[in-house]
Amino acid sequence: MRRILAILLENEPGSLSRIVGLFSQRAFNIESLTVAPTEDPSLSRITIATVGDDRVLEQIIKQVNKLIDVIKITDLTERKHVERELLLIKLLAMNDKSRTEVKRITDIFRGSIIDIGKQVYTVQVTGDADKLNAFIDAMSNETEIIEAVRSGCVGIARGEKALRI
Amino acid sequence: MTKELYTGAEMVVKALSALKVKYIFGYPGGSVLDIYDAIFNQNEIEHILVRHEQAATHMADGYTRATGEVGVVLATSGPGATNCVTGIATAYMDSIPMVVLSGQVATNMIGDDAFQETDIVGCSRPIVKHSFNCRKLEDIPNIIAKAFYIANTGRPGPVVVELPKDMLIPQNKGEFHIETDVKMRSYNPTVKGHPKQIKKAVKTIVQAERLVVYTGGGIVLADASEQLTELVERLNAPITNTLMGLGGISGTHPNFIGMLGMHGSLEANRSMANADVILALGARFDDRVTNNVKKFCPNATIIHVDIDPTSISKTINAHIPVVGLVDKVIQQLMDELDAIDFTPNKEALDNWWQQIDQWRSLKSISYEADGDKIKPQQVVEAMYEITNGEAYVCSDVGQHQMFAAQYYPFAKPRQWINSGGLGTMGFGLPAAMGAKIAFPDSHVICITGDGSIQMNIQELSTCLQYNLPVVIVSLNNRSLGMVRQWQDMIYDGRHSSSYMESLPDFVKLAESYGHVGIQINHADELQDKLTEAFSIKKRLVFVDVLVDETEHVYPMQVRHGAVDEMWTRKGVKA
Repeated sequence: MRRILAILLENEPGSLSRIVGLFSQRAFNIESLTVAPTEDPSLSRITIATVGDDRVLEQIIKQVNKLIDVIKITDLTERKHVERELLLIKLLAMNDKSRTEVKRITDIFRGSIIDIGKQVYTVQVTGDADKLNAFIDAMSNETEIIEAVRSGCVGIARGEKALRI
Repeated sequence: MTKELYTGAEMVVKALSALKVKYIFGYPGGSVLDIYDAIFNQNEIEHILVRHEQAATHMADGYTRATGEVGVVLATSGPGATNCVTGIATAYMDSIPMVVLSGQVATNMIGDDAFQETDIVGCSRPIVKHSFNCRKLEDIPNIIAKAFYIANTGRPGPVVVELPKDMLIPQNKGEFHIETDVKMRSYNPTVKGHPKQIKKAVKTIVQAERLVVYTGGGIVLADASEQLTELVERLNAPITNTLMGLGGISGTHPNFIGMLGMHGSLEANRSMANADVILALGARFDDRVTNNVKKFCPNATIIHVDIDPTSISKTINAHIPVVGLVDKVIQQLMDELDAIDFTPNKEALDNWWQQIDQWRSLKSISYEADGDKIKPQQVVEAMYEITNGEAYVCSDVGQHQMFAAQYYPFAKPRQWINSGGLGTMGFGLPAAMGAKIAFPDSHVICITGDGSIQMNIQELSTCLQYNLPVVIVSLNNRSLGMVRQWQDMIYDGRHSSSYMESLPDFVKLAESYGHVGIQINHADELQDKLTEAFSIKKRLVFVDVLVDETEHVYPMQVRHGAVDEMWTRKGVKA
């Protein structure tokens, strides 16, 4: 089962490598991983999308928690949460037809065209992984995908529940 | 008023002094010469110069296992640091607190493949509890204080501190501040067990009819053996120890049913297999205990007490998990037993003990003496007798390790020092040296074999330099005994690279290092010559005992079987 874990940890040199090292050392999966400092620059927040059964997930959470730099970890998928991912995609848009189609599909997915070149459009779309997959599918039917980059998902719990110190 | 300024190297030594360190085990080299200079200029801390950095880590480790105090290792960058890796992993697997100070090339050269540069923090990441890079020399004292705190609290473990050369040189100085009362927002190990879980655990224990107490290295680490003994006597329960947990209760205690696991006693493994409740205290259901996890004690309710939540339900699902320091939790369990006014269920206990005594009567830990050939078990028994069971026994890895575990009942915790988790050959001698430095007046034995002893034999030189008269008892079977045993049992006797040709003359070898060498060839001279060896107090004695090379360690769990499926003799299953 796919899970999204949110981790709050000390923004120290090497703390990210400890997380990544742990996942590879213990043969846990990483589907995506994002990391950035929080509003408090002494803290980083990591979101990891992973796959595993309950037992594996329990071990992942415990093992991550055991790392000295980690302050908190939570399984966002356990409760209501919001999940978003950013996609930047460069598409071939050679003629009017393909330009119109790219524009139309982008609108349907509430994306935006953020750059244009002579023959390419660059589009930005946000959403959960399913939406981005659907967008990529729709586009690949219409035109050629030159390049695509996904941020990996970030997530936050709904309501009052918060991951903070 | 001007504050006094110190170099980073001086800060290292000052910080270690503030943390009451008595010994540093190490080996100098370019990047740490400033620290060595600072060590030279003081008298509080003694530096022990080993002959190989791996031995420094094992020596620190042995010192720690014998005393409970954090061991300190100092190594230079590059090869010095990488030589420490095996010792760090050994300490990590057995949860031994250790602080390894490693040199590093100057900050501005890191990443340039400079001379003797290795990313030791990266190399050691999977085998440390934590590690630190120093970026500012003023941080050094508090980093070292934190390293000690982390190493020695919660589930203990090794911590690596990397010190770049530019932090240590005389040109750079700073003020010295150290906060020995460390607090960290990201690290607060649980201490006490959750009261609800304690109540649940006691409720289950009270209802048990076939309870087994199964304890591991956690009891030794937490110095909880007195409380454990009290609890066991209170419950009148059978108790078994893991290899790491031996000495947690006296090996001659009537409730002790022996070690469990791969080479455990039949009664211990049978008791586990037939238990209705297992109380696991500071043990981690290692594969050398459980055998096939799918067949492990299917009818038992498992109460698992451990300081490390990751150990709980990792391999075996715990029905009642309790996270906390084992000494505190045992006290909580006893308080709860008081609160409910516990009296043991005599009838159930009688039945249970009757059954266990029947298993005991099969005498699974026994061997047949064979006239002239010396049986390795015999040697351990003789050692036990001569030392009144009071020696520190530091083992290498292999058959001799199992024979020592089986035939030398340990009266006290910390008496038995071995690499249980990682199984590091070469551990024994340096570990024994570490124990001897802590307890110079006690018998300290290094029980080893002709394979293991050659993995750190160079330390005989260190023993001479620092006058460490350990007694090395080598059960010499001219082969890698445990490998050979597996080859006999599993590989149809194909002894692929398990025969040690060209062994040195160990007596002459010991003598060339300035020690005493004794060889024992025949069973009838075993007692006298061993007695002689142990009577030599002021010099290291290397006892080379030529034992029966065909001997196997029994009992032994049948591969992939249940916990109590065991070979008890060659070709005989229990």
